[in-house]
Amino acid sequence: MNSRQQYLDLFRDNRETIDSRSAPALNRMRQRAFESLETNEFPRKGHEGHERTDVNAMFAPDYGLNITRLDIPADIAATWRCDVPNMSTLLGIVVNDSFQPSRNLTERLPDGVVFASLSQTATEHPELVEPFYGSVAPIGSPTVAVNTLFAQDGVIIRIPRGVKMTRPLQLVNIFSAPTPLMAPRRVLIVMEAGAEAQILVCDHSQDNAHAYLASEVVEIVMFPDSRLDYYTIEESSSSTTRHSEIFARQADRSSLMISSSTLTCGQTRNNFSIETDGTDCQTTLAGMAIASGEMRIDNSVSMRHLTPRCKSSQLFKYVADGHASCAFQGRILVDGNAPFTDATQTCRSILASPDARMHAKPQLEIYNDEVICSHGATTGQLDNEALFYMQSRGIPVDEARKMLMQAFMADVIDTVRMEGLRDRLRHLVEKRFDGNESSCADCHGACAERKPTEN
Amino acid sequence: MNQQLLKVENLHAGIEGKEILKGINLTVNRGEVHAIMGPNGSGKSTLSEVLAGNPAFTVTEGSVDFHGVELLGLSPEDRSHEGLFLSFQYPVEIPGVSMVNFMRAAINAKRKYFNETPLSATDFLKLMRQKREIVELDNKLASRSVNEGFSGGEKKRNEIFQMAVLEPQLSILDETDSGLDIDALRIVAGGVNKLKNERNATIVITHYQRLLDYIRPDFVHVLYKGRIVRTGGPELALDLENRGYDWIKEEVDGKL
Repeated sequence: MNSRQQYLDLFRDNRETIDSRSAPALNRMRQRAFESLETNEFPRKGHEGHERTDVNAMFAPDYGLNITRLDIPADIAATWRCDVPNMSTLLGIVVNDSFQPSRNLTERLPDGVVFASLSQTATEHPELVEPFYGSVAPIGSPTVAVNTLFAQDGVIIRIPRGVKMTRPLQLVNIFSAPTPLMAPRRVLIVMEAGAEAQILVCDHSQDNAHAYLASEVVEIVMFPDSRLDYYTIEESSSSTTRHSEIFARQADRSSLMISSSTLTCGQTRNNFSIETDGTDCQTTLAGMAIASGEMRIDNSVSMRHLTPRCKSSQLFKYVADGHASCAFQGRILVDGNAPFTDATQTCRSILASPDARMHAKPQLEIYNDEVICSHGATTGQLDNEALFYMQSRGIPVDEARKMLMQAFMADVIDTVRMEGLRDRLRHLVEKRFDGNESSCADCHGACAERKPTEN
Repeated sequence: MNQQLLKVENLHAGIEGKEILKGINLTVNRGEVHAIMGPNGSGKSTLSEVLAGNPAFTVTEGSVDFHGVELLGLSPEDRSHEGLFLSFQYPVEIPGVSMVNFMRAAINAKRKYFNETPLSATDFLKLMRQKREIVELDNKLASRSVNEGFSGGEKKRNEIFQMAVLEPQLSILDETDSGLDIDALRIVAGGVNKLKNERNATIVITHYQRLLDYIRPDFVHVLYKGRIVRTGGPELALDLENRGYDWIKEEVDGKL
């Protein structure tokens, strides 16, 4: 089955409705997106870079799309509790695909900083959106195309020249709908010259009763000397499918760190596509995936070094339990025009049960002699000797396993630069490995899918 | 109090289908120190691992009574709670798990087993401080990962430190002297002697008589080909030091 057809049909039949409830800057991209989707199929399982994830199947179910912008009532306060309450953030919430600022958000932002609805900003200040929207995410990609086709709103974050944010921005994506729903989520981040910010993005599902599909496209434009720490934590339900893509382009001396944690989900595919477009850039990618039950987590990195003297590092860690299936593809490309590149990549995984699966594919493509490049991928089991040692000291085997899994994630958690978030993430991971009902008492979702499978 | 602490009867055990212990009989009473010696490959370490419950080994026959409890039916953690302690020949490094968390988990698991509340943070730190002194263990090691980057001597001292904290009834020291210089040996042996009393017992597994100068055994057993082939007093260890194992091997192999 070819699942893109339903999206093409839906768009053809509802084009006016879609356009009329969005902004010109978003609408003018749709024709190209349509043409792209007409010619490009969604990747299927086994396609290059999709050895374990069938994108065509992810987009196949007949989800609804809220193109008429019905106000879906969602009592956010009652159903969602922030898992990082100890941090004082500037908060915005995206319910399905509509941006809702927290109270007085705009007034609390420093001068010139924009953290707002994408369509509203595109209408009122098109000059902030038009030059950048669609400038980093390639429309030739069918998943970018389908997002562009239906994105009617989204989020824009713009940090003006020289502004160094002291408080982190927090964006919470929540699914909440009375029916199965697909939400095209679009985020545009513009870091002007010398700007600095920390952004935390949390994905939640309000319930486990309906199937949801998130199509997330994040574009990050980094001007010279800008610095961005971008954290994303997913704690969505077992009925949620997420296809997330982050595209970033880095100008001279910019520094980008992306830290991605998948704690719970149904099926998740994260693409990270970073491209250097200036000299002396720094890129840090850190990924943590904890999969249990029937969860599926697939992270794919494309780190493209196109310019001289840039440095990148990748550290991805997985613990797969139960029947979970995980994958990692990491590609480092060093162009002929990128001498003195320093790029490293590490992927380490633990299979905590006999039925869990891991697929790791590191790739280096180097067209230059003046480079330092390394990669390493390991997949193993919990250390039986360490387990017995701990047991012999009286630590019950289940607790010993949890301690070892927690310890395994220690270095990837340590890459988090926000102290409050680092502590909180450590706690969330501990809670996640605990997996018992009592420690999930304050959680928003159904508990069943959080429990690691006994074996 | 019953004097008998451990009674091993006709214990057979092996790994991957290969039988290593071929009928061990051993009785240890409270207040006693037993030394087990024997040539390489005779099954000394296997005996200690089997008693501690390492799942890599399979017991095929026999029984082990530990102060009235059938030891072989217990998980390794419950054996620890019941008062068995194994000082590892090669203590395992556990990166990412701090000594503090490791010991807290161990202590509180034991307290939970006996329906006691977890130790308060203050009491826990006080206990750590007290017990550290017994083996002169540096406080800095407490914040490090378990055994990670410890020297050979520090690892062995760390074993005795854990033994001091857990206060076992039966301690099995598996080649605690290997890899130790004289000073470290003195500290480790001194720690063991301080922990000794009339209610507990110690099994010392060693290749060399040297350790037995510091930890005086009441009985010396020679293990060969999976059986205890000779038992004597401390003088047997001296005899072995002078004459080696060949005479025992010949005696045993001649009979077979």
